[in-house]
Amino acid sequence: MITVEHLTKRYGSFTAVDDLSFEIEAGHVYGFLGPNGAGKSTTMNIMTGCLSATAGHVQIDGYDVFEHPKEAKRWIGYLPEQPPLYLNETPEEYLHFVGEAKGIKGTALREQIDSVVEQTGLGPVRRQRIATLSKGYRQRVGIAQALLGNPKVIILDEPTVGLDPIQIIEIRELITRLGGSHTVILSSHILSEVQAICEKILIISHGKLVAFDTADNLERQLLSPNEITLTAEATEAEAEAILAGVPHITHRTVTAAEKGLTTLRLETDLPDLHDLSRKLFFAFAREKKALLELNLKKANLEDIFLELTDKQPQAEPASGEQDKKEAEPS
Amino acid sequence: MTAILKHELRSYFHSLTAYVFGAFLLAFVGIGAMLYNLQMAVSNFEYVFTFSSLIFVVIVPILTMRTVAEERKQKTDTLLYSLPITTVQVILGKYLALLILYLIPLAVIAIYPLIFAQFGEVYLLTSYGSILGFFLLGAALIAVGIFLSSLTENQGLAAGIGIAVILLNYYSVSLSEYVSATALGSVIALVVVFLLLGLLIRHLTQNGNLAYWVSFVLIAATVALYILDSTAFEGLLPKIMEQLSLFERFSVIVYGVFDMTTVVYDLSVAAFFLFLAVQSLEKRRYN
Repeated sequence: MITVEHLTKRYGSFTAVDDLSFEIEAGHVYGFLGPNGAGKSTTMNIMTGCLSATAGHVQIDGYDVFEHPKEAKRWIGYLPEQPPLYLNETPEEYLHFVGEAKGIKGTALREQIDSVVEQTGLGPVRRQRIATLSKGYRQRVGIAQALLGNPKVIILDEPTVGLDPIQIIEIRELITRLGGSHTVILSSHILSEVQAICEKILIISHGKLVAFDTADNLERQLLSPNEITLTAEATEAEAEAILAGVPHITHRTVTAAEKGLTTLRLETDLPDLHDLSRKLFFAFAREKKALLELNLKKANLEDIFLELTDKQPQAEPASGEQDKKEAEPS
Repeated sequence: MTAILKHELRSYFHSLTAYVFGAFLLAFVGIGAMLYNLQMAVSNFEYVFTFSSLIFVVIVPILTMRTVAEERKQKTDTLLYSLPITTVQVILGKYLALLILYLIPLAVIAIYPLIFAQFGEVYLLTSYGSILGFFLLGAALIAVGIFLSSLTENQGLAAGIGIAVILLNYYSVSLSEYVSATALGSVIALVVVFLLLGLLIRHLTQNGNLAYWVSFVLIAATVALYILDSTAFEGLLPKIMEQLSLFERFSVIVYGVFDMTTVVYDLSVAAFFLFLAVQSLEKRRYN
């Protein structure tokens, strides 16, 4: 569907996107995750033909964005970070213009406008000036614009930024619905959001792709071992003796031991923590020692995210300026 | 392109721009017609335009200042870049919309000679020749205005520079009498112009080398020519200023000589500045 090959973008001496390559397949919701200034907006702007690349290629359904922009852009609907709206128009007039510019005419255009207005829930405000609409509604107008022309891919740059919690939930639901019929790529610096909506996650840091996998796989494969903390009604020695008979415990430390209670932290190489907790339960039960507490701590995406994006050396010290560049790739 | 054209026209008629522009033009031409044709009882309608062409200093910047600058300010230019249309289509659509807006009051003005003809002898050929010349002059200036608007996201700045440029062009013939007519003066002026041209190229293409080379070659050629034959530069600067003046060429038409070179010149100016506007829009994608 979309192939990005060795994409590089430099602003003077600052490299915003550094040799980025990945492939997007049809029919999934993809999440572009990275801290501010990582190069998410720049990459999206290049993918949609709004910005040139210093080097590399972007192909959309076989068409190069730079060499065949007309054909390539036909398959893409794009909502930039700041929705590009003409404030003096009504959503209907605005959508009419965008539809015509996308080459849709007459009754087909009217039907499509009706359909995207319904999909995005713009019905009540379709004849109201955009300037008077709330941020949530403006964002929907922006998404409606991207949906016109029935593009195969919809690219949304930080679609929930600046919205209130209810609007965020509504926009997320909308995106999830869109994921059923379109390939959706969205960017965010909020991990939980990407985790909630996206099937596959691309983590970008300092213009480089540091991870690309499903959310589950990222959690399963990468980094920090899974942890269990338990408190048992047993002395330290008793607990140690019981645990020695349980397999797959890679590391154990006693964190507290008093008044016949022992608290331990266990690390395991088992991906499924429930397997281990079952074994622990029966092991303590056999010895008639009560397990008072059992806490499972899965390595979560947050840890992976922080670790991955932290790993890169901080080559450019003046990060404030980069953030600005990221916000306004001019 | 038609999508952009329709969209622009709709926004002009939704806002006051279209009406203010039309009212200004009609009022000014109307006052001119009253002064010349009614009060002084001159039957040449074309003389009205010598009086009213100064109005371009005000109305063209009003009309053109927002065209591209506003898109940049509101960040709607991203939409234009992401749509399956080219920047040429964007600029042409905007330009044609402005031409249509300009043609509407002109169509009203075109009725005046016919009305006057009811009451006396009016030489219609020069009248309509002048109206056509007036249209071409406006068409060239609007293209310049669009280009200036594409340079900045500040509408006020675009309008300010527009006023200065059009005023300078309007008075360039009068000014040409005061500039140095010596060969050396002309050479110095040319060198300055070529340096400015280099800066403009660098701004539009972000290609420093190209700009330096273009400037360098042109300046070297000028200096070489000056050394070889300094008489060729005698009085060159005032002559160039006269030749470049859109208004001077228009006044030739008003005085009854429909010079085809003027038509070609106006159209070339329009095409050249629209080309620059497209480059300026493209540049944002390539910086």
